[in-house]
Amino acid sequence: MILQQLADGLVLGSIIALGAIGLTLTYAILRFANFAHGEFVTFGAYLALLALGQFQVLSTTTFGPLSFGWPLLASLAAAILATAGLALLLDRLLFARLGRAGVAIAVVMGSFGAALALRNLLFFAFGGEPQYYSRAIQIALPLLPRSVLGGVRATPDQLAVLGVTALLVIAMHLFLSRATLGRAMRAVAHNPQLATVTGIDVAAVVRWTWIIGAGLAAVAGVFAGLTVQIRPTMGLDLLLPLFAAVILGGIGSPFGAVLGGLIVGIAESLAVPLVGAEYRAAVAFLLLILILLVRPTGLFGERG
Amino acid sequence: MSLLQVDRLVAGYEPGLPIVRGASIRVAPGEIVAVLGPNGAGKSTLIKAIAGLVLVESGEVRFGGQDLRQLPAHRLVRAGLAFVPQTENVFANLTIQENLELAGFFLGRRRCQERVRAMFELFPDLARQRALPAGRLSGGQRQMLAVARALLVEPGMIMLDEPSAGLSPRLVAEVFAKLAEVRAEGTTILMVEQNVKAALALADRAYVLAEGREHLSGSAAELASHGDLASLFLGGANR
Repeated sequence: MILQQLADGLVLGSIIALGAIGLTLTYAILRFANFAHGEFVTFGAYLALLALGQFQVLSTTTFGPLSFGWPLLASLAAAILATAGLALLLDRLLFARLGRAGVAIAVVMGSFGAALALRNLLFFAFGGEPQYYSRAIQIALPLLPRSVLGGVRATPDQLAVLGVTALLVIAMHLFLSRATLGRAMRAVAHNPQLATVTGIDVAAVVRWTWIIGAGLAAVAGVFAGLTVQIRPTMGLDLLLPLFAAVILGGIGSPFGAVLGGLIVGIAESLAVPLVGAEYRAAVAFLLLILILLVRPTGLFGERG
Repeated sequence: MSLLQVDRLVAGYEPGLPIVRGASIRVAPGEIVAVLGPNGAGKSTLIKAIAGLVLVESGEVRFGGQDLRQLPAHRLVRAGLAFVPQTENVFANLTIQENLELAGFFLGRRRCQERVRAMFELFPDLARQRALPAGRLSGGQRQMLAVARALLVEPGMIMLDEPSAGLSPRLVAEVFAKLAEVRAEGTTILMVEQNVKAALALADRAYVLAEGREHLSGSAAELASHGDLASLFLGGANR
């Protein structure tokens, strides 16, 4: 039983991790806590659903045992682009303007407002009923027999989510450590003025931060839709775990966000048989408090 | 013919509250020029205004004939003008090698690597610790890395904001000796300094700022023997 909870926690944690990378990058580079980030997750999920309606006519074939084929991948690409566009639009219309006023709390409050507006827009457009990319029932595959700590079963979609998340995390690591833009993002996060005199166009780095952060949020949304369901409140439900992952990993650390996401996901999942599903978020936050008591800057946060 | 020409510059951090109030300076190719002055004279604001980092209300800044006020700040280094800030002048979260490679990102991969190698030859101490995060370097090593970062792009001129700040006398001597080497290779230097003695020993000429504009100027030797200099630093700018 415990291995099954662990496996379910890994799937949830990988979705949280993808969302948390974008949130922590936004925090490090733009220096504000974006409460609309959860809505990027929801927006990505719904945009993919919308696009799937158009692309589904192209092919009905799925990839082997998975519940989806090329149409969902094309929809995912469209959702990434559209969510990145939404983030850039919000930055131009709202965040950048409030940021220029120099009142940090105004930007945070602006993100609250944007989150409420986006969530209600989605309620209005799609209704409150849960929706799915596929109604087909997937059979969970036995990965470990019941004799080994209760065994582990996972659907092919869950395995795909884990695999793609692992690839994206590795790609992000290589991007931030090797690519010029990735290093420029780390440089701007550390010291925007020094980055400017080094020849880095900070405004361009900010734009790329929105594109990458919102793009990963869209992927998280589609993965959440694929493994659970699509609801207008899915981003809101994920928002606190996202922040918990970011704080746990150390604010501004993408690697910390991934680890934080996995810890929060696994803690929530393991808590279900112990305290019940309704209190699982509380267990994750208790863990967050305990880790912060030992390491106030989070697992990978810079001290002082 | 001046490489850098600053005329009647008015600049500060907030509109209507200038800290630099009509300063004019000239730097000729190959020179080392120091900008001196008491605390609050506007030295650092002047150099930041030239670098495009603070609000310029009026005046002209020309580098190699080009109007720098028309360029965004991040474009200055490509125009040949590099700047070394006083504090936090390296990316502490990047390694020494990453700091240097990032400085030369617009040179192209091959040229950038050539320049990184050249900087490691000029600063062998940095070469030995290339994989170390810059945040773990000592104050003197950070200053060397900041200078190397600025020199990597082969600028026509580097501007340094108090390169001796926070360094021991031995490290100041080391950094200034390196700056003399840099000038010998043909790079023009403009530096803001509090350490008057060390600055005048290195510079060809100097400007002394008080209340946001130049109060004295001349050759380093002339200024070193100028009677007003000591009184100015003791608060006698208006006498």
